[in-house]
Amino acid sequence: MSAPILWIAIPFIMGVFILFFLRERFSALIGGVTAGILALAALVFPIDTALLLGLISLKIAPSIQFFGRSFELNTADGPLLAIVYGLSALWFLGTEASGTSNRFASLGLMIIALLTASIAVEPFLYAALLLEMAAMLAIPLLVPPYQKPGRGAVRFLIYQTLAMPFILFSGWMLAGVEASPGDLSTTTQAGTMLGLGFAFLLAVFPLYNWIPMLMEESSPYVTGFLLWALPTFTVIFALGFLDRYAWLRTSSQLSNAIQFAGVLMVASGGIFASLQRHIGRILGYAAIAETGLLILVMGLRSSEIVTITFLTLIPRGLELTIWALALSIIKRKAYSLRFNELQGLARSYPVAVAALILAHLSMTGFPLLAGFPPRLAIWQALAGQSLVTSFWVFFGMLGLLVAAIRTLAVFVMANEDKKWSVNESWVQVTMLGLGVIGLFILGIFPQALHPLLANLPSLFEHLVP
Amino acid sequence: MITDIVSWIAVGLILATTTTILINRDWRVSLGALALQYLAAFWLVTRHLPFAMGSAKLIAGWMVVAALGMTRLGLTNLEHEEDAFWPRGQWFTAILMGIVALITAGSTPRIEAAIPGLGLPVIAGGILLVGAGVVHLGVTSDLLRVTLGLLTMLAGFEVLYAAVESSILVTGFLAIINLGLGISGSYLLIAGSSPLETEEEI
Repeated sequence: MSAPILWIAIPFIMGVFILFFLRERFSALIGGVTAGILALAALVFPIDTALLLGLISLKIAPSIQFFGRSFELNTADGPLLAIVYGLSALWFLGTEASGTSNRFASLGLMIIALLTASIAVEPFLYAALLLEMAAMLAIPLLVPPYQKPGRGAVRFLIYQTLAMPFILFSGWMLAGVEASPGDLSTTTQAGTMLGLGFAFLLAVFPLYNWIPMLMEESSPYVTGFLLWALPTFTVIFALGFLDRYAWLRTSSQLSNAIQFAGVLMVASGGIFASLQRHIGRILGYAAIAETGLLILVMGLRSSEIVTITFLTLIPRGLELTIWALALSIIKRKAYSLRFNELQGLARSYPVAVAALILAHLSMTGFPLLAGFPPRLAIWQALAGQSLVTSFWVFFGMLGLLVAAIRTLAVFVMANEDKKWSVNESWVQVTMLGLGVIGLFILGIFPQALHPLLANLPSLFEHLVP
Repeated sequence: MITDIVSWIAVGLILATTTTILINRDWRVSLGALALQYLAAFWLVTRHLPFAMGSAKLIAGWMVVAALGMTRLGLTNLEHEEDAFWPRGQWFTAILMGIVALITAGSTPRIEAAIPGLGLPVIAGGILLVGAGVVHLGVTSDLLRVTLGLLTMLAGFEVLYAAVESSILVTGFLAIINLGLGISGSYLLIAGSSPLETEEEI
């Protein structure tokens, strides 16, 4: 057995199997359990290390050849796979509670398999092709068969498709830059191409207009899943670029450009979130601001880039899961998700509203919640480099906080004679409750993540001194 | 010599087909032009890739045309949606295509000087396709036309990228992406035209 078969081929085949052969009511459960088992396997079985189980010696080979190229998952990838499949299991198990289409678990599993393949493929440049395939698989999720496609889904497809050629060409040009680093013209062209490619992939300002559109026109749970999965793997892909090419790491202009793009996203995401009257769009802008933070971290001239990035990525997954699940539950009652339809909903959906607000506050970096420790680390690294940048990041976070307070105000705006009642099902209460407990655990005891984070920097050996 | 002439004919064919797709409003003509466009792109791709790998691209392209054609054929009561973009006259799109052709003519020799060995017809064909695809994406919001724009842009990229990368895996992945785009386009075209399936999907 090889690692790529276990963590790429098997989940992909399971996704196909669930889609075509399994009864709808079991699909979410089987998808979630599959992802959970794969996460557990990644934690228990180290890749490329012999394990003696009784009389049986077990070793998971790290690579597999496919059409002359290899797919490789090393020992250091184990914690990453555990995180990715663990969070995916949460998403898939929440399908039933969110009332999302049952195709979500099957297609979601296939998307995660393709995204995992994107971190395994060698040369790593081909990841752009796999990211594009994953984006195309998301289309049936975003647009149900009975719904006319909106502009958001079409723009999403266009932008993800435009990203691929830029990245593939830039990769080819970067090889030339390495051969002759003094050639300023080629360096500029390669840098521009690369920047444009990642701008499309990560939805950098102003290319993020599809995100709020999708939050309005598609299922919030599905869109939330994509807003978690795609940027997570794209960030890992981008770190791979920084790790492989020395001039990208050392170029101060590029570092400034990355920081600027990140700050622009954080500030604009926060400000726009504070001005919205649609809680789905607020989630979209919060996700944009969060992606901006990740980009900002990549631009930091610090040896802690990798650690801070992964420290941010894990709570992000949990926050988005809870937020999207709560939104989906609320959407069943107030379909448009506009403020005027949400007034007083805290009294009829108290658990969903509380979970939503806590996830939102966590994303603003509220103390005691999961988002606080990574933001503290970012502030610490950022404050030593630029106070102006720190100010704009603070401004963006303030915008998110204003959006959270406005949302809370709308939810509690009810007649005093309205009775409190819990209308969520026990599955919904359990899922949201566990998620909120997770937010507090990660906020109060961030060291709980240490076993997972300890070996991750070895994935990018040049970025870590 | 003959190969070069055929290559330039392929470039001419690309110019004609991309202009037709951009200007003509009849979906049958557009899909026919797309099929011809794939033939021209196939010739340019085989300047750098083996015949078999080029054929894979051609077959994938024609499969996409077939998928889109069959889908569109099934949509008998499709409402004609006017593009909201202004101005939408044929002259405007023709001028845009003229600008793309001028940019291609200007940039092709420079790119050949910067990256020797690609071949002038390959560069010209690739840039024409990419340019026409991007222009198409810029002037339409119609789903079929958006798909055609993406496929045209991708075909141009494949022509250029074939000159620098000859991996079988990449060729396979690009064929899958082409098919995926075609199927996604078909899916988006039929989405909303079928009745609600189950209550659970609300």
